[in-house]
Amino acid sequence: MGSARDEILGRIRAVERPESPPAPRDYDRVRHADDPVALLAERIADYRATVYRAAARELPYRIAERLDGRGTIAAPADVPGEWRVPGVSWLTDDPPLGVSDLEEADGVLSGCAVAIAETGTIVLDAGRAQGRRVLTLVPDYHLCVVHADQIVVSVPEAIERLDPAGPLTFISGPSATSDIELDRVEGVHGPRTLEVLLAA
Amino acid sequence: MGRNPVTWLGSPTFPDAARRSLGDTQLRGNLRKATTTIRGKRESAVAELDDWEQLRRAGEAVKDDVLANLDTYLERLEAAVSERGGVVHWARDAEEANRIVLDLVRQEDADEVVKVKSMATAEIGLNEALADGGVDAIETDLAEVIVQLGEDRPSHILVPAIHRNRAEIKEIFAQMPDPPDSDDPRALAEAARKYLRRKFLSAKVAISGANFGVADTGSIVVVESEGNGRMCLTLPETLITVMGVEKVLPRWQDLEVFLQLLPRSSTAERMNPYTSIWSGVTPGDGPQKFHLVLLDNGRTSTLADEVGRQALRCIRCSACLNVCPVYERTGGQAYGSVYPGPIGAILAPQLAGDLHDEQAASLPYASSLCGACYEVCPVRINIPEVLTHLRAEVVEAKGKRTPEAMAMSAAAWVFGSRRRYEAAQKAGSLTRLLARGGNLSSLPWPGSKWTDTRDAPVVPKESFRTWWRRNRG
Repeated sequence: MGSARDEILGRIRAVERPESPPAPRDYDRVRHADDPVALLAERIADYRATVYRAAARELPYRIAERLDGRGTIAAPADVPGEWRVPGVSWLTDDPPLGVSDLEEADGVLSGCAVAIAETGTIVLDAGRAQGRRVLTLVPDYHLCVVHADQIVVSVPEAIERLDPAGPLTFISGPSATSDIELDRVEGVHGPRTLEVLLAA
Repeated sequence: MGRNPVTWLGSPTFPDAARRSLGDTQLRGNLRKATTTIRGKRESAVAELDDWEQLRRAGEAVKDDVLANLDTYLERLEAAVSERGGVVHWARDAEEANRIVLDLVRQEDADEVVKVKSMATAEIGLNEALADGGVDAIETDLAEVIVQLGEDRPSHILVPAIHRNRAEIKEIFAQMPDPPDSDDPRALAEAARKYLRRKFLSAKVAISGANFGVADTGSIVVVESEGNGRMCLTLPETLITVMGVEKVLPRWQDLEVFLQLLPRSSTAERMNPYTSIWSGVTPGDGPQKFHLVLLDNGRTSTLADEVGRQALRCIRCSACLNVCPVYERTGGQAYGSVYPGPIGAILAPQLAGDLHDEQAASLPYASSLCGACYEVCPVRINIPEVLTHLRAEVVEAKGKRTPEAMAMSAAAWVFGSRRRYEAAQKAGSLTRLLARGGNLSSLPWPGSKWTDTRDAPVVPKESFRTWWRRNRG
C-alpha cells in the first residue's frame, strides 16, 4: 500500500474532470459610500458595539475619556506614546505578558490594520499597535482605534489590502452567539465589550 | 477499511425516523421558531447586496475550478503550509485521520484537548476515537457544549442544538459547577463562558476544522461567533486542524467572495463576529506547532460522480436546512448523519459510498423536490438534480427483483403494445367501483402501499382514446 498522500492524489487524477473556465468576477469589487466613516460607525453600532468619533488631534483626550477609571490596561509595545494616557496603569507586552497577566487586566487598547465600512468589521494583522493575538482576546474590554485612511467600503477592498503572511483576526462587534434559538446574544468568550474610536 | 461513520450506525431509515420525530411536538415547535427567524434574516442580509447573484456564480465557478484541479491545489497548499512551519498529513478515511490526530495528541502528553466546532471531525467520529484512546475532547462551541453535555446528537450543521429551546438548555447546564440561574440566553451564555474559561487557559492542544484553506498562501480560515475559536487557535501550544480536501481555495483573492457568501447565508449577518486566518506558525504568537490533516473519507469517490460531485462545492452554511419544508418538520436527527437536511441527503450517502445500505439509500428520498434549497445555496448546488440522480442510483443498486423494478418492467410491457395499453385502461376504470367521494382512499394490495398514506384520483369512466374514437373516429 502506498502512502495516503499518493493514494489520494492518485484517486483524484484517475477522475476525468472537465476544464473549468476562469471564475467570473463581475461582482462589485469596489463599492461607493458617500461617507465611509459614517457607514462604518453605523454598521459597527448595529452589532451593539459602541462607536465614538474623535478629531485626529484630540485622540489622546478621547482615549483617556474611554479608559478613565478602568484600572489596568494592556497594550502592545508599539502603540503610539500619546495613546498611553495618564489615569490608568499600563501593562505593556514587552517582555511578553503571560495569559494570567491578561486575565488580570481590565482591558486592552489597540489599533487595527483595516476596517470594512459595509460590514462593520475591524481587521487586526498583528502589525503596528496591534500586537499578538492573545492581547486582544483575553481581556474582557477592547478599545480599538481606527484611522480614516484604514477604512475601505467593501470586503474585496479589504482582502486586497491585507497581507496573508501574518495572523489575521476579523472582528465584527463583541463576542456573540446565535446558538440559542438562532437569536444573536452578545458576550461569550471574546471581549464582551468592544468600543471603537474613529479618528477621522 | 472500516465503516464510514458519516452516517450513524444503527439509525432507522429516513421514513421511519421521520415518522417518530413528527410525533414530537416540542421538537417541531422549536424548529419552526428557529427556522422562521433565520429565514427572514437571511433574506434581508442577502437583499442588501445588489451583486448577490454574481457572487453566487463566482462562488460556484471558483469551487468548480477547485474540483477540476484539486490535485494541483492540494499540492500547492501542502507546500505553502510546510514552508511556513506547519506539518501536513494525509488521511484516506476516518480511521486513518483519527489515528493521526490521536498520535499527535499523545506526542504532546495531553489527556485533554479543546475543540473548535468542526463538521469534518464530527463526520469522522474523532471525539469517540480520542475517548477510546484515553483523551477527553472538550467541545467549546455553545451548541456543541449543549449536545455534548446533553449526551445528544447534532441536528443542524451550524447550530447542532437547534432542536433545544432555552428551557431545555438550562436543564442541561444544571450539571455545570456554576449553573445558570435563569433560561435567559444571556445567562446561559455566561454559564458557558465560566465553564470553559479554565479549560481554554490550561489546554495544551487544540483541534479545529477549517472553512477554507488558501493554496497560494497556506492560509487557513476559521469563521466563528463566540470567540471560542480564537481561544483554541491562539492559546494552546499545539494546533491540529482537520480539513476536508475540497475546502481548498486556489488564491487569496477568492476569500473576497466567500467571506461575503458564507456569513450572510449561515447566520444571516453582514459578517460573523470573528474570523481567524493564519499561515503555518507565527513565532511568538499563537500555537508554535501546527498540523494540518487533509481528509478524503469519501470525497474522491464523490468527485468521480459527474452529477453528484457538485455536493463538494458545499461551504456548510446550512441555508438549505433552514428553508427546507421536510427538515423543518422532521428535524435533523431523522437523517441519521452529522450532515442533515437537503445537503445531507446528497452528501451523506455519497460520502458513505454504499447505496446498498438501507439507511443511506433512504436519504435521497427525504425531499419533496421543491427546489428551495437550490435557490438559497450560495454556491448554486442543484440539490434536486443530485437527489433525483441518486434516486436512480439507489434503484439501480437494488437490482431487478424489487416490487418497484418489477412494476416498472410490467409497465414497460403494457406500454409496449396498443392492445395491452387499452386493455389496461379499461381495467383501470373498474377501480371506480372502489371510489368514495371522487377519491380512492383504500386500494387492495399492492395498491394499498400507495393509498395507506395518500388518496389516489379516480380513473375516468372512459379513456381519451375511446372518447375520441366514439366522437371523431
